[in-house]
Amino acid sequence: MQFGLSESQEFLKDSARKFFAGECPSAEMRRLMETDTAYDAELWSKLTDQGYTGIIFPEEYGGVGLGQVELMLLMEEAGRALLPGPFFSTVVLAGSVLDAVCTPALKSKYLAPICRGEVRATVAILEANASWNSRDVQLNAANGKLNGEKFFVPDAAVANFIIVVAGNGVFLVDSKAASLKISPMSGMDLTRKLYVVEFRNTPAEELGSVAQLPRAFDIATAALSAELVGGMQRTLEITVEYAKTRKQFGKPIGSFQAVQHQCADMYLETESSRSAVYYAGWALEEKAPDAATAVSIAKMYASDAGRTVGNRGIQIHGGMGFTWENDVHLYYRRAKASETAFGDATFHRERIASAVIDSGNVAAKTA
Amino acid sequence: MDLNLTAEELTFRDELRAWLVSNVPKDWSDWREKPMEESFPYLRTWQRKLQEGRWAAVSWPKEYGGRSASLMQQAIFWEEMARVEAPPMANSLGLGLIGPTIIAYGTEAQKKRFIPKILSAEEIWCQGFSEPNAGSDLAGLQMEARLDGDHYVVNGQKVWTSYGWVGNWCELVVRTDASLAKHKGLSVLLVDMKSPGVEVRPLRQMTGESEFNEIFFRDVRVPTENILGKVNDGWNVAMSTLMYERGSYGARLHLIFKSYITRLIELSRNIQRNGRPASQDPLIRQKLAQCSAEIEIMRFNQMRAFSRITATGVPGPEGSIQKIFWSELNQRLQQIAQEILGSYGQLLAGDPRAIEEGIWSYAYLRTRGNTIEAGTSEVQRNIIGHFVLGLPRSY
Ligand SMILES: Cc1cc2nc3c(=O)[nH]c(=O)nc-3n(C[C@H](O)[C@H](O)[C@H](O)COP(=O)(O)OP(=O)(O)OC[C@H]3O[C@@H](n4cnc5c(N)ncnc54)[C@H](O)[C@@H]3O)c2cc1C
Ligand SMILES: Cc1cc2nc3c(=O)[nH]c(=O)nc-3n(C[C@H](O)[C@H](O)[C@H](O)COP(=O)(O)OP(=O)(O)OC[C@H]3O[C@@H](n4cnc5c(N)ncnc54)[C@H](O)[C@@H]3O)c2cc1C
Repeated sequence: MQFGLSESQEFLKDSARKFFAGECPSAEMRRLMETDTAYDAELWSKLTDQGYTGIIFPEEYGGVGLGQVELMLLMEEAGRALLPGPFFSTVVLAGSVLDAVCTPALKSKYLAPICRGEVRATVAILEANASWNSRDVQLNAANGKLNGEKFFVPDAAVANFIIVVAGNGVFLVDSKAASLKISPMSGMDLTRKLYVVEFRNTPAEELGSVAQLPRAFDIATAALSAELVGGMQRTLEITVEYAKTRKQFGKPIGSFQAVQHQCADMYLETESSRSAVYYAGWALEEKAPDAATAVSIAKMYASDAGRTVGNRGIQIHGGMGFTWENDVHLYYRRAKASETAFGDATFHRERIASAVIDSGNVAAKTA
Repeated sequence: MDLNLTAEELTFRDELRAWLVSNVPKDWSDWREKPMEESFPYLRTWQRKLQEGRWAAVSWPKEYGGRSASLMQQAIFWEEMARVEAPPMANSLGLGLIGPTIIAYGTEAQKKRFIPKILSAEEIWCQGFSEPNAGSDLAGLQMEARLDGDHYVVNGQKVWTSYGWVGNWCELVVRTDASLAKHKGLSVLLVDMKSPGVEVRPLRQMTGESEFNEIFFRDVRVPTENILGKVNDGWNVAMSTLMYERGSYGARLHLIFKSYITRLIELSRNIQRNGRPASQDPLIRQKLAQCSAEIEIMRFNQMRAFSRITATGVPGPEGSIQKIFWSELNQRLQQIAQEILGSYGQLLAGDPRAIEEGIWSYAYLRTRGNTIEAGTSEVQRNIIGHFVLGLPRSY
């Protein structure tokens, strides 16, 4: 048994960190977040060159065929850099849904171009009720057409196609369709834009049934948790650095225990989230019986920790933490958006409860 | 990353499982709730039996009676022991902390003299570190050891000494040179508790029992050959013991906590709240889920730490998050138990209406000690701040 990263996993994580530091430093991230879509074609083609757009997908569709743990590592580094734009929507979310739901022919048609970096895509899930519970989806396709609206759809404006979760199946619509209206929602997180998507007799191609969605959503949920870990890591680093250099009362503020202990808690929360995310990645990869619960454990913990690490980070910066120019609030905004996406801690605690209380399963497989 | 057991780990597990099936005592539940003084001989016998199968100290090198087990095998060991609800071993400090320190720092003669009897539970060990004026600031300890020919003459007081009441030997940290800086003048002595001048007094804990003691030393003569490690190098020797202390808990706690939460979930099905079983109350479900999840995360943290130690060879200061995590989690767990049990939660052992012989009221009180023993939570946070994050020292 080995819960450390392998050499190739370390290599991947390390090169991702270097890649994002070079191609998406804070200044570039800030430039993109001020644009309408936070999307940059040049950055996208560099992500593609790295193989990131096909990271977990089979080689027959142009993917790299790496595992879920590798995806977690990449997303952790993307989160650390606060990577703006549609990477999560396109690769993690739409890619995983296509991979889980589609026939080989449909995968060649839709997943392969994602792997090759030729298209952007997203998945429309939530409706006005903003419920992550699949039974609350009310939209249904009828005669190959969709009518209704979806909310909180990430990166819809730059998506070439939109995958729509309906009550009676998973559908795909062309985002250029005249019968489709995409309008922005103004969210806290400026690096990942949200939209309302309205369908009026919009032609929709059926991709498959909703039965395979849970696994795709579990992958997306775990990847989002991994992103949160990266955000926490960066917040911790920035904060510790500040605590070492900022002086008050003639000393670095990091020498005051009230500050030091908060930093220690940030470290504990970050590391514990990371352990939970790595385990979830492994359980997904192995298709372990407890994989869904493991994902909920990771999302539950990282959702709460992402927020508290941010709280502490801002607090330790004093007045500086409250300014626009300090990056900590940008991580904090992303953390809030990610906290609610795919269910917040309360939602996932109930999922865990039904696994450990109602079905009497233990929370995780013991070795 | 690969959490499947290796072939070697599977062999280890299967051999242990097979041994446990035919050797684990069936009557432990009759003894479990009895006072420690009564059950202690039982625990000694069990440890002796384990060592007959060479299972008492799996982490120890083979040449000293262990199995040179890897950290993962040690985790498997504790998991299997918990699975069959095996009794604990009598000489837990000797096996977990002090034996390994003797193996690391002891002379050949000391190893020969002490190691076999630690394994067989013939000699029980206690850890004489804390003093009334030296707890967190252990290096400030005052117990004096004056050289007199081929003996040290020891004077002073130790406190909070677990197993003091049953200890045959003590790993004692003393000051051998008061003229040196406080970390520099310490040494570790191995002291026979039957030496003239040693007086052990019970200390009653807030739980009502006397798990630990205070020990007075008046002109106690300890042969110089019983010094462990070098003279005035006691700080390093003692730190090595504390590293074992921090490392050794985590692995066995996972299943203990899991057994608590499982029992609590069982209880919650039969306790009514707002006209339905507590297990169906949304707020209680949230709390049980949070706690179950944290118990798993504690295990993930532990496994990651093991892999890191296996790679680097030494436990680092990151181990402090384990200590904080398990001790504070245990307190949260017992608090949830109290919320679920309501008025019954307070009933003590002996009350006919107490839930499960009063283990919950006992555990609630006992867990307050968790954030104090083996280094307080504040001290652990100082360690992370200073040694892991590199923040400037606060003192
Ligand atoms: C919304 C807002 C409005 C404001 N309006 C005004 C205004 O109108 N006029 C004005 O003059 N100022 C104003 N301020 C400034 C405010 O008073 C300071 O930000 C505050 O006193 C903290 O000082 P600092 O920002 O320099 O942080 P620092 O003093 O550098 O503190 C940084 C961190 O270190 C901690 N810390 C510092 N010293 C110690 C210590 N000895 N022990 C333990 N921890 C310590 C702090 O608690 C904080 O967490 C405002 C600030 C905000 C956020
Ligand atoms: C159940 C139990 C079993 C024990 N068994 C043993 C044993 O077998 N052998 C043995 O030698 N000892 C044993 N101990 C003692 C234990 O190691 C000490 O109690 C512990 O190290 C704290 O020391 P103290 O009690 O003197 O408290 P103090 O050191 O006086 O601490 C009091 C408070 O001040 C805080 N504090 C102290 N210094 C700092 C600092 N620098 N920064 C911030 N906060 C600080 C502490 O965190 C604590 O909250 C046991 C204790 C318990 C509770």
